[in-house]
Amino acid sequence: MILRRALLAAAVIAILALVAPALPAYPLTLLTQALVVGILAMSLDMLLGYSGLASLGHAAYFGVGAYAVAIMTTEHQAGLGACLVVGVLLAGLTAAVFGLLAIRATGTYFLMITLALGMVIWGLAFRWVSLTKGDNGIAGVPRPALGALDLSGSLPFFYFCLVSAALAWVLMGLLVVSPFGLGLRGIRGSESRMLALGYNVWLHKYMAFVISGLFAGFGGTLWAYYNGFVSPNDVQLVTSVETLLMVALGGPGTLIGPALGAGVIVFLKNFASVYTKRWLLILGGVYIGVILFAPSGIVGALRGRRR
Amino acid sequence: MSAEFWIAQSFNGISYGALLFLLASGLSLIFGVMRIVNLAHGSYFMLGGYVGLTVALRTKSFTVACLAAAVAIALVGMGMERFFLRRLRGEVLGQVLLTIGFALIFQDLALLIWGGDPYTVPIPQVLTGTVRVAGAVFPIYRIFIVGVAFAVGLGLWLVLDRTRAGAMIRAAVDDAEMAQGVGIDVPRVSLAVFALGAALAALGGVVGGGFLGVYPGADFEVLPYAFVVVIVGGLGSLPGAVAGSLLVGLLDNFGKALFPELSYFTLFAPMALILALRPTGLFGRT
Repeated sequence: MILRRALLAAAVIAILALVAPALPAYPLTLLTQALVVGILAMSLDMLLGYSGLASLGHAAYFGVGAYAVAIMTTEHQAGLGACLVVGVLLAGLTAAVFGLLAIRATGTYFLMITLALGMVIWGLAFRWVSLTKGDNGIAGVPRPALGALDLSGSLPFFYFCLVSAALAWVLMGLLVVSPFGLGLRGIRGSESRMLALGYNVWLHKYMAFVISGLFAGFGGTLWAYYNGFVSPNDVQLVTSVETLLMVALGGPGTLIGPALGAGVIVFLKNFASVYTKRWLLILGGVYIGVILFAPSGIVGALRGRRR
Repeated sequence: MSAEFWIAQSFNGISYGALLFLLASGLSLIFGVMRIVNLAHGSYFMLGGYVGLTVALRTKSFTVACLAAAVAIALVGMGMERFFLRRLRGEVLGQVLLTIGFALIFQDLALLIWGGDPYTVPIPQVLTGTVRVAGAVFPIYRIFIVGVAFAVGLGLWLVLDRTRAGAMIRAAVDDAEMAQGVGIDVPRVSLAVFALGAALAALGGVVGGGFLGVYPGADFEVLPYAFVVVIVGGLGSLPGAVAGSLLVGLLDNFGKALFPELSYFTLFAPMALILALRPTGLFGRT
C-alpha cells in the first residue's frame, strides 16, 4: 500500500517535471503556487488527518515564515539558506509557544483557541507597522539563488518548488508511518486508550503541532519568494480556513490528498476569478458541497469507489 | 495621562464591551446548546447592519430597523440550522466548514447587494450629542448602547433563570442527551437558540452600525473579538459573556490607545494567560 502510493506519487512528480518545460507561463505559475500551498495543506493534514487536531490558525506559521523571508531579503539582502533556516525556525518557535496554550484544549476549544492565536499573528502583521509595513505589506522580495544556480526564471523556480514539495512530502510521509506517527494515529482513535498504554499523549500532540508549524513555515518561506509580496492577507483567517478546506477536499489523513486539494483550489480560484468576480460565492458553495456530499474528500471518495 | 483620559477611555471600552456582549452572548448560547463553532456569527452582525441600514433609510425609523434586522437575520440563522447544520450533528469539523462556507457566501452577497462603500446607520436625533458629567464628556449614543446591552443581558438572565423555556435551554446546555431523555424537544430548543443568537448579533450590527459603520469585512473583523469574549468568559455561560465582553472591550480600548502597534497583542496575550490558568474560561465548567 505504502509502496504503491510512493510509486504513484513519484510518477506524478516525474510527469510534472517532464511536462513543465512545455507549459505556457500562466499554468506554470499556477502549478508553482499549487506546490507551495500544497506544502501548507500537507502540514495541516499532519495535524488534522493524523492527530485529529483541527487548527483554525495555520496561516500564522505560514505567515511567520513568509514575513521572515520578506523582511530579511528586503532589509538585509539575506541569502536563500539563511532565509529558509530563520523562516522555518521562527515559524516552529511560534508553534512551540502557541502549542503550549492550544494543546491543553480539545475539540471545539482547540478550534477556537487556534483561531484566536492565529489572529495574534494577523494583528501583529497588520498593526506592527514599523516591522511589517502594516496593511501595505512588503513588496519586492527577489527570487533566490541556490549557490551559483539562479532561480529567478519561472522554470528553475518551479523545479525548486517541486523538489521542496516532494522533500516535504517524503519527510512528512516518513514521519506519519514512524512509531511516532502511529502513536499519533492511536491518539486520534482514542486518547484515553493511548494514555492507558503509557504513551505521553500531550508530548505527542505537542510535537506534532510544532513539526506541523515548521512545515507550514517552510511553505511560507517559499510563498514569499513565489509571490514577491507578503501582506496581512496571507495571515488572515480566510487563509487558514482555505487550508482547512484543501485538507477536507483532498481527504484528511492522506497527505497527498490535501496537496491535490490545494491544486484544485488554486486552479479553481484563478480560473474562476478570470470569469467572475463572485469567487467567494463559488468558494462558499464548494465548502458546503464538499461537507454535504463528499465528507471524506477526493481521495476518500476514490477509495470508497474502489472497494 | 490625565484623569479625563482614563475616564474617557474606560467609558469607550465599556461601551464597546456592551456591543460585544450583544454579539457574544448569542454565540455563547449557541455553543452551549449545540456545541457549534459558528463562524458565520460575524456575518449575522454585518448582515444585520446592512438590513438595518436599508430599513432605516426607507422608514426613517431606527426602532423598525432594529426589529426588521433582528427578524430577518433570525430567519437566516434558523434556515442554516434547520436545513444544514442539523444534518451534521456531532461533526465538529464539518459544521465549522459549513458555517465558513455560509460566511463567505454572505460576505459576497453583501458586496453584491450593498457594494463596497462604508455606510453609517442613521440614528435618531435624541441619541446624538453628548452629556457632561463631572467634567467628563460622554456621547449619548454610547450610553444608549450600554443601556441596550444591559436590557438585553437582564432579559436573557430573566428568561434563562426564571422561565420554563429558560430551564429547558439550561438543561440542554448541561446535557443535551439527558434533556432529550426527560422529554425536552432539544431540536426545537436548538432552533430557537440559534434564532435568538442570530437576532442578537443582528441587533448588535444595527446598533454598532450607528457608530462603527457597516462595511465589507466587518464580519471577519468582529468575529475574533466575539470568540475571545466567549473563550475568556467560558462557553455557554451568560455571566461569562458579561465579564468577557467588558474585559475585551477595555483591553482593546486601552491597548489601542496606549500601545497602538501592539494593540491586538494586548488583547490576545491576556486571553492566553487566562487560558493557561483556567482552560475553560473564567466562568466555564470543566
